[in-house]
Amino acid sequence: MSARHPCTGGGGIAARPVTLELNGQHRSLDVEPWTTLLDLLRERLGLTGTKKGCDHGQCGACTVLVDGKRINACLALAVMCDGKRVTTIEGLARGDQLHPMQAAFVSHDAFQCGYCTPGQICSAVGLVAEGRAQGRDDIREQMSGNICRCGAYPNILAAIEEAAPQTRAWLEEGER
Amino acid sequence: MTPSTSPMGQPLDRVDGPLKVTGQARYAAEFEIPGLLYGSVVNGTIARGRVIAIDSTAAEAVPGVRLVLTHENRPPIASYDEPYEDEDAAEGSPFRPLYNDRVLYSGQPLALVVAESLEAARHAASLVRIEYEAEPHQTDLALVRDHAHPAPGEVPSRGHFEDAYRGAALQVEHQYGTPIEHHNPMEPHASTVHYQPGGELLIHDKTQGVQNCMQYVEKVFGLQGKVRVCAPFVGGAFGSGLRPQYQLPLAVMAALRLKRSVRVELKRQQMFTFGYRPRTLQRLAIGASPNGQLEALFHGSLGQTSRFEDFTEHEVEWSGALYACDNVKLEYELGSLDVYTPLDMRAPGAAVGVYALEMAMDEVAYAAAIDPLQLRLRNYTDINGNQGKPYSSKELRACYEQGAERFGWSRRPLEPRSLREGRELIGWGMATGVWEAMQMPASAKACLESDGRLVVSSATADIGTGTYTAMTQIAADALGLPVDKVEFRLGDSALPKAPLEGGSATVSSVGSAVSRACASLRQHILDAAQQTPASPFTGASLDDVSFENGELISRRDPQARVSLAQVIQTSGTLEAEARAEPGEERKKWATGTHSAVFAEVRVDEALGTVRVTRVVSAVAAGRVVNPKTAANQITGGVVWGIGMALQEETWTDHRLGRFMNHNLAEYHVPVNADVHDIEVFFVEEEDSVVNDLGSKGVGEIGIVGVAAAIANAIYHATGKRVRDLPITPDKLI
Repeated sequence: MSARHPCTGGGGIAARPVTLELNGQHRSLDVEPWTTLLDLLRERLGLTGTKKGCDHGQCGACTVLVDGKRINACLALAVMCDGKRVTTIEGLARGDQLHPMQAAFVSHDAFQCGYCTPGQICSAVGLVAEGRAQGRDDIREQMSGNICRCGAYPNILAAIEEAAPQTRAWLEEGER
Repeated sequence: MTPSTSPMGQPLDRVDGPLKVTGQARYAAEFEIPGLLYGSVVNGTIARGRVIAIDSTAAEAVPGVRLVLTHENRPPIASYDEPYEDEDAAEGSPFRPLYNDRVLYSGQPLALVVAESLEAARHAASLVRIEYEAEPHQTDLALVRDHAHPAPGEVPSRGHFEDAYRGAALQVEHQYGTPIEHHNPMEPHASTVHYQPGGELLIHDKTQGVQNCMQYVEKVFGLQGKVRVCAPFVGGAFGSGLRPQYQLPLAVMAALRLKRSVRVELKRQQMFTFGYRPRTLQRLAIGASPNGQLEALFHGSLGQTSRFEDFTEHEVEWSGALYACDNVKLEYELGSLDVYTPLDMRAPGAAVGVYALEMAMDEVAYAAAIDPLQLRLRNYTDINGNQGKPYSSKELRACYEQGAERFGWSRRPLEPRSLREGRELIGWGMATGVWEAMQMPASAKACLESDGRLVVSSATADIGTGTYTAMTQIAADALGLPVDKVEFRLGDSALPKAPLEGGSATVSSVGSAVSRACASLRQHILDAAQQTPASPFTGASLDDVSFENGELISRRDPQARVSLAQVIQTSGTLEAEARAEPGEERKKWATGTHSAVFAEVRVDEALGTVRVTRVVSAVAAGRVVNPKTAANQITGGVVWGIGMALQEETWTDHRLGRFMNHNLAEYHVPVNADVHDIEVFFVEEEDSVVNDLGSKGVGEIGIVGVAAAIANAIYHATGKRVRDLPITPDKLI
């Protein structure tokens, strides 16, 4: 372990081996048992697209997809994700081609400061994958775990409504 | 004359959009530095007193901890007030973190634990034990009313309020209250201090003013010329980044002490340990003729502040400006408490003051038994009575008319409790919004690069407001270039001087500077084009040429044209820097943005719940550079207004002198399910006085009046007048 993780030796608690399929890549890591998935992504792997807004599961900024389902990365220990498929905002686009949900967020101006945006987009993709984005009230309700303090909610709603069908197609393509 | 292909006024997608939707936009806590240390702040738990002892033994024993910084071992910092006075400082003696053993408020930072990992720092910070000598404290504004002092600065008054009020046929007098609110941007405040080999500091900070923070660090630590502050992306701020916040000096102290790079990121709970919107206790007394003509108006406000600074904002002035009235008396007082100094928060002063005014106006309308919109029209004025000057433009009448039309206001029955659907009572309410249209001195540089791209820069910020995009459009328009050939750079203290990004003044201030720098660059380009042999532009002035689609074209002979790329190949890079400041003409006029807000609520009386099902916001803000990003700003303001009306309130436990709901589960802000149909539009408004662009800025105006419109709609639905915000279910049952 590097000098950045000194708790390992002195503390007497060994880091645990963790294997992830992270954004399509196989990753084997040694992780302290107390490290959250969020801190692992941001502080060790340089994947800062996943945001820390509250660290208490109250704002949704850290939403990522684990085995296709949306979770708050701040409430998950990294060791709990061993053997799982983790998708972050950095893993949604295919090369230069934006994911339809990303493209719709841009064209509908579904954000301002951008800090909640990765979580909103991951949540929206998860929502579609769950088959739940059925109608406006449903989307509003199901997206209410993701706070946007800038208040771009009507645009977020419009983006999800537009991108839901393409997202379904994109997900099916990915599975083939 | 702007050509039809101009990007000005076009709903361009945000130019920084792709970076934001792919997670590539980097915020203050996201810059990687080898060997970075992590700081975790320890906050005090008493509201007033002093620190007797700090026991850091257990914290220092945690593997990886490098330093526990306190007032006893910090590096030297400035003693006097002046070095701490930033561009948004309130009057008084600014807070000095870790200066001495005094505890001035609950939550005050008292130590910083620095460690090799985030987890170690956070754990060790929980082990620091602080012993206090507590003193009696006071945090309740309502209990210091008798000890209030006049706020610094004068508030205008005119005529003879008392006499006119006494003689008025209608008299309406009530008290209104607004609570403490916290900005709660999604990105917590953070500073990453990159310690350079020569001792210089490159700092990534969450701020609305990189140069403000640079000067603060330079002065407080005596580091003149050694500090650069960057903030290319800011995850929301709403005023919270107008002053340097304490994580910045703490991170700098640790970096200087250890000669290492350090990051300090605040936790969400710690976002409640510095500035906030102050609680206010207001009183309005309005005298009117039987048909609602205003004859006398009093508006007094008591705002809270700290014991070390007098925070002021414009709370009552709006009541002397918005309507025609000859007898106006305004009062503004402050109550000093054992709390941190309040801080400008979206539409500071107006959000709370116009709330009270516009609810009082609704009460006058009911006293006179006339439609609330008619009351506003009856008292309409094109003159700002505080200043005795006409508005440079004020298309508020168009806002009223078009907003009412789109909302369907004419179908509204006057009587409360007259609309119902199922178990819900329905109410329609309206209010007026107003904000200033300021311009501050600003500079910008425009550089035509050798590859034909235009790079324009200024040390301003984009906190989600769309600055990158609007400036790109302004620059592209000025040089007739497609927007994808233009890049705007901001958020770097090394760039040309810019004011704080706040007050809805960035397009007005920085936009004008960009426009001037580009105008100056046009002259350089023409000069360069005239240098080529047999130039078709010989003898031409700027009036004789146009810049379109990347070409310089002669107006006399449209065949005579040359691409800017060609010009630059011969001349090499061309650049121009310019400064713009408010013009003399402005002094003759009052300036402002205005809005008319219409709201529909549905109230379930059995549960006391309110849904804001429809809002129409009609805005007059001059020329709109980008209707897409500008409308988004207004929508966001409306969402803030919904939160202000129904949800937002920071509770204080006055026995402890401490905030109780310091998290996003208990400090409620609107979520997606709270927001229904919001229709935003801009009315046509031309203004040749306000600045070169005729644009007024839209960051503030969106929230002003919204809470009043909603509260008035709740009265219309239920017949209950709730004057203390927020209107939570317990107040309606």
